[in-house]
Amino acid sequence: MIDVLIIGSGGAGLTAALSAKNAGASVTVAGKAYPTNSQTSMAQGGMNAALGNVGEDHIRSHIADTIKSAKGLCDEAMVKQMCEEAPGTIAWLERLGVPFSRLDNGETGTQTIAQRQMGGASAKRACYAQDYTGLKILHTLYDTCLKEEINFLDEHYLLNLITEEGRVKGATFLEIRTGEVKQINAKSIVIATGGYGALYHGFTTNAYGSTGDGIAAVLRAGGAVSDMEFIQFHPTALKHSSILVSESARGEGGYLVNEKGERFVDELKPRDEVARAIFSQIQEGQRVFLDVRHLGEEKLMELLPQEVELCKLHEHVDPAKALIPIKPVAHYTMGGIEVDSMLEVNGIKGCFAVGECSNAKVHGANRLGGNSLLEITALGKLAGTNACKYTLDVSDTPADDTQRQKDAQEIETLLSQAEAVNFYPYRERLGNLFYHKVGIVRDNDHLHEAFAEVTAMQESQKEMGIADKSPANNQNLIEFLEFKNALLLAPAIITSAIERDESRGAHFKIGFESENEALKKHSIYHLGKEETCK
Amino acid sequence: MQIKIFRSETGTHKSYTLPEGEIPLLNALSYIKETQDASLTFSAGCRASVCGTCAVRVNGREVLACAYKVKPEDIIEPLQYHPVLRDLKVDKHKAKETLQKSTAWMHSAQEASLTHSDEKLSERQTDCILCDSCYSACPVYAVNPDFLGPFALTRAYRYSTDKRESKAKSIIDNIQSNGVWDCTLCGECTAVCPKGIDPKMDITMLRGLSVQEGYQDPSFATQSFGTPDFGGGGFGFDPNAGF
Repeated sequence: MIDVLIIGSGGAGLTAALSAKNAGASVTVAGKAYPTNSQTSMAQGGMNAALGNVGEDHIRSHIADTIKSAKGLCDEAMVKQMCEEAPGTIAWLERLGVPFSRLDNGETGTQTIAQRQMGGASAKRACYAQDYTGLKILHTLYDTCLKEEINFLDEHYLLNLITEEGRVKGATFLEIRTGEVKQINAKSIVIATGGYGALYHGFTTNAYGSTGDGIAAVLRAGGAVSDMEFIQFHPTALKHSSILVSESARGEGGYLVNEKGERFVDELKPRDEVARAIFSQIQEGQRVFLDVRHLGEEKLMELLPQEVELCKLHEHVDPAKALIPIKPVAHYTMGGIEVDSMLEVNGIKGCFAVGECSNAKVHGANRLGGNSLLEITALGKLAGTNACKYTLDVSDTPADDTQRQKDAQEIETLLSQAEAVNFYPYRERLGNLFYHKVGIVRDNDHLHEAFAEVTAMQESQKEMGIADKSPANNQNLIEFLEFKNALLLAPAIITSAIERDESRGAHFKIGFESENEALKKHSIYHLGKEETCK
Repeated sequence: MQIKIFRSETGTHKSYTLPEGEIPLLNALSYIKETQDASLTFSAGCRASVCGTCAVRVNGREVLACAYKVKPEDIIEPLQYHPVLRDLKVDKHKAKETLQKSTAWMHSAQEASLTHSDEKLSERQTDCILCDSCYSACPVYAVNPDFLGPFALTRAYRYSTDKRESKAKSIIDNIQSNGVWDCTLCGECTAVCPKGIDPKMDITMLRGLSVQEGYQDPSFATQSFGTPDFGGGGFGFDPNAGF
């Protein structure tokens, strides 16, 4: 039996794997794709750490900015821990060989790392690697995992957690290549499966796979999720493809203008405020653009090479010469698996969660740019170490295969029953519904409508199925299972949003435009139980 | 418009009809899967050319499906030299093996004084997204499946030139066998890289570093320079002759 099973092979999973291994555990990482395919590759702007390399900065300022952006909904001790860990985490990544962008300041080590300003930050604090920060951190972590001979199980799709008397015993997976349902026994588990932004299908910067599979599995296993209503909309995605244009474009001096050429918001305000300002322009019938022409071609190619390429490809626009058409879309999900300060899932012993799937309460109602890469690395280490510690006094009697048999039966049913209704149009409808009724600006009428539509969709889900009946390499089946998870999470998001009759951070509700002190608390959601706030 | 896609079940190319208009290939594949044929299988991730998942061949050339705009009569096929798992989906596990053999990672880190121009030394190489396009385009694989290949070598180069690496020789030692000398320098990898990386140049640079570490081209050693015969007159240079 392995000690620590890591589910999810993005930045959080790889960091957790390295730290668990370093702490002496036997580790296996199971992911639904290959490690370098993960969402982490898409993080562009940077990773926060108060190094003070470019002007004055202090850890206490980083803490203060994070708490301010969280709008009263973070765990301040957790924020403090993350921000204090930041310089050490950068030093660790530096030793692994992350190719950070550099300053010419004659210093050595991490003191030479360049830093840029992101929205909501009071200093130039984000360490970056051009606009490929996530990609370069992820690949360096992967290289290090290969060096440490971490065991990978690629193309393993998580089905369910196996628990006994409130303790985790392992998990079941669909091995995508063979179609076999497998059970993996483990003394402890770290869930690092990413967020649920892909619920906003067609209106998200996220990869197709960010469907909240780990969060759904925790709900089914009796765990809780929290703050699911807090979904961050990124102000600047390309208008037609929803592909991200990094915040660093504004950090480097890019302006937002409407079609009259007027600026209408301070571009360096936190993301929620900028996204709403853009949204209200769009509602007034204005088109909105990002203007980076004044930065000049040379600087653009130096700082934002990826953006330049993507603009040309998807919008037929050369940012050095023309305005970039943009819209705000779903980008990051602050809510997730309810965990304690050890990152252990409340209600499931030995099960830890880290990264975007988890709600460690470091982002509160709105995440600061540059804090997500910090969370996955700084807290990823913590999760791996804690999971390893937990295994020390755990028996290695494996669970029986009840769950595996049940899951295998379910997959078999899906493969054998006729497909009455194609689910793909529903996936698109769900994305549309969420963008328009559970979006940047919400109101209770639309939220109730969305709830009714989701309930109806859950009802019709019984008719839905898959047309592809091949057991092996069945992407149709995987996408259906992902869609089922999305439909499981949808009511959690909507009911939490209905309950929250106030506006706080990324959650903005018409009729309740200010913060309500009485609602300065986390929304908790269990399956089959009434939602409660605590 | 019509495009043809390789289907592994039949081993043939099947025609599909797409609406007119310019769309990325990935959107076209999704459109077919969602509306015409749910069994068409391909891999996709970020849609933004950065996760490396969706590389395929179009008309014999490697592209990222999310970054290629479909044209009428295009022929879409899986990557070469990879076992086809289904339709356009291939097994990419070879990548891990070659990276592991190349020991393309930081062996022993030291603190260094890095500058902006040091960053530039490996900036392009670290843009690699492991999409496997260069592997698919590399003709060496047709004759030597054990070749370490373009991206593992690019990555080895990236770490071996890093000022923070104090044991670069360890990396150089590990890329001699089926490595730098087995490349034919044809440049196919460079031509297809979606991120503009030049593995051919990186391999050339690694050869230079290898020579500095005392290695030489093994094929050089086995070549014979000693006994050309110009018709029995003994005019050829023969290092063994007469001594």
